[in-house]
Amino acid sequence: MDDTPRTHPVKPWTFDDHTNSYIRRAAATGIYDIRGGGSKRRLPHFDDLLFLGASMSRYPLEGYRERCDTAVTLGTRHAKRPVKLDIPITIAGMSFGALSGQAKEALGRGANAAGTSTTTGDGGMTAEERGHSDKLVYQYLPSRYGMNPDDLRKADAIEIVVGQGAKPGGGGMLLGQKISDRVAGMRTLPKGIDQRSACRHPDWTGPDDLEIKILELREITGWQVPIYVKIGGARPYFDTALAVKAGADVVVLDGMQGGTAATQDVFIEHVGQPTLACIRPAVTALQELGVHREVQLVLSGGIRTGADVAKALALGADAVSIGTAALIALGDNDPAHEAEYRALGTTAGAYDDWHEGRDPAGITTQDPALAARLDPVAAGRRLANYLKVMTLEAQTIARACGKSHVLNLEPEDLCALTVEAAAMSGVPLAGTDWIPGRG
Amino acid sequence: MQTLDLDQIDLRGLNATLQAAGVGADRAFEIANPRGAHAIAVGLTAPIEVTVRGSTGYYCAGMNQQASVRVAGSAGPGVAENMMSGRVVIDGDASQYAGATAHGGLLVVRGNASSRCGISLKGADIVVHGNVGHMSAFMAQAGNLVVLGDAGDALGDSLYEAQIFVRGRVKSLGADCIEKQMRPEHADRLRHLLAEAGAPTDPSEFRRYGSARKLYNFDVDNAGAY
Repeated sequence: MDDTPRTHPVKPWTFDDHTNSYIRRAAATGIYDIRGGGSKRRLPHFDDLLFLGASMSRYPLEGYRERCDTAVTLGTRHAKRPVKLDIPITIAGMSFGALSGQAKEALGRGANAAGTSTTTGDGGMTAEERGHSDKLVYQYLPSRYGMNPDDLRKADAIEIVVGQGAKPGGGGMLLGQKISDRVAGMRTLPKGIDQRSACRHPDWTGPDDLEIKILELREITGWQVPIYVKIGGARPYFDTALAVKAGADVVVLDGMQGGTAATQDVFIEHVGQPTLACIRPAVTALQELGVHREVQLVLSGGIRTGADVAKALALGADAVSIGTAALIALGDNDPAHEAEYRALGTTAGAYDDWHEGRDPAGITTQDPALAARLDPVAAGRRLANYLKVMTLEAQTIARACGKSHVLNLEPEDLCALTVEAAAMSGVPLAGTDWIPGRG
Repeated sequence: MQTLDLDQIDLRGLNATLQAAGVGADRAFEIANPRGAHAIAVGLTAPIEVTVRGSTGYYCAGMNQQASVRVAGSAGPGVAENMMSGRVVIDGDASQYAGATAHGGLLVVRGNASSRCGISLKGADIVVHGNVGHMSAFMAQAGNLVVLGDAGDALGDSLYEAQIFVRGRVKSLGADCIEKQMRPEHADRLRHLLAEAGAPTDPSEFRRYGSARKLYNFDVDNAGAY
């Protein structure tokens, strides 16, 4: 053997193991990869921000003793019955169909215990869902699957979905494996076929039309309930301004870490903006229009902790919304199911084939045997606990910043750890007074 | 008959009156001076009769349940959208998205209907005495679209289980939409719909179109059709 020293073998950065596996898979199947969840790539996020806390010039509140409120009201602009929440954390739209009935029930139970709202998804509202959610937001989607004026009138708010962070500009696909008799019936389609959810609404185009659509929905519901407009993180400044112009009571803004039930991986990872990059342009639009806090902003896409909640509020959001994190709280991707995840060719924490309906945790499935694994009472309790922890964490931070309400947090309470995060969020780089792009 | 004059009351007052109707003696209403207003007679839930004396804007009779609404004029976009039941008749023409996503009931357009008539139809019946524009019955899931005149480009594109009947010329069919045999049960259904819509015509003059069902499950070999 030649004893000449050799350099270590080097795998190319560009063609890493994952990329090579992608190429081999594509070559073998001829089909792009579809999966659930949101962006998995490393993105600038709330971890790149820190709170400054109180100091000589800021006066903190006593932890556990001095009051720090968390209640928020959504939809105060036009609705006679705004949505009053005990905490600034809501449950994002997820459909019965994408999720099992037990999972939807658990979401409702957890949200009720925490005093917050849940949201329907594509396919309409089930009676159980309405029954298990004290405050239920009814999504009004392009597909209009299961869209029913009776359900519309039962809702506590209506959320017109224009887009979502995982796939701004994209529709959806519920694969045939998850189309049970009930799901098929709710969507007026044959069992077992792939059900496409359209990317555009069928009866309006653009913000001028949307204004009239909102008028129609208000007339049908007697101007009682708020109208939310949900947008994906594409052009948050303009989209927020146009949603306000169209008459939205609430803007729901979803960054690219926000999950989906099933979309092409290439779409999830390459279209849209990170949540952190979306919030300040949206808040700026609201401020310039003079409606910040009058039109509430709900931010979603990768919210995980009370710190994330507090940072989102400090940057100008009125509330946040969680989807993926709520599913994890219920039991999604739990290492307890590792053997079954392995059998599916994945591992706990990485399982994202939600569209296939084989979820060992019984959450993203319509298989009765798998769905029965999830105890909705116990899972709902876990979600309630999780929501409680996040709320306590946000309060802890708010008190440390001297705020008697979590909504009193402000950008001035923050600094950024990276130049990118400073530029995106509009707060100074730590140790400086420099905000990139502002001189 | 009670007359509701939009020169005298606002839209909210109009719709609130109609939405509350149905339990008393007044079951017939006439709407004067619509002047193209949007969202007229939306969200009705009772078997009342409403006649609009003039043309309407967007979403007239939207999400209708049980009511019978007649527009003695033309209708703007999205007339009878998401109708669940009842009957909506347009004496004139209808703009785009007529009957979009409607689940039930009957929509009759005595004139022409513009593009995307019956888009995402979910079970309602639509009869158009004149022509329909392009992309009509796009992604239509259930129900019937009957066209006594001609149909524009890409009729029935990405069609699911809705049925389309056209008497005139079809400029082109959309993806996965094909002509199908008119069997006796289809002719019977068509004859019934034509009679209901005040257009008694021989069903044998129509051709039937439906889904080829080739795009129901994703197949990469069909990628060019998507």
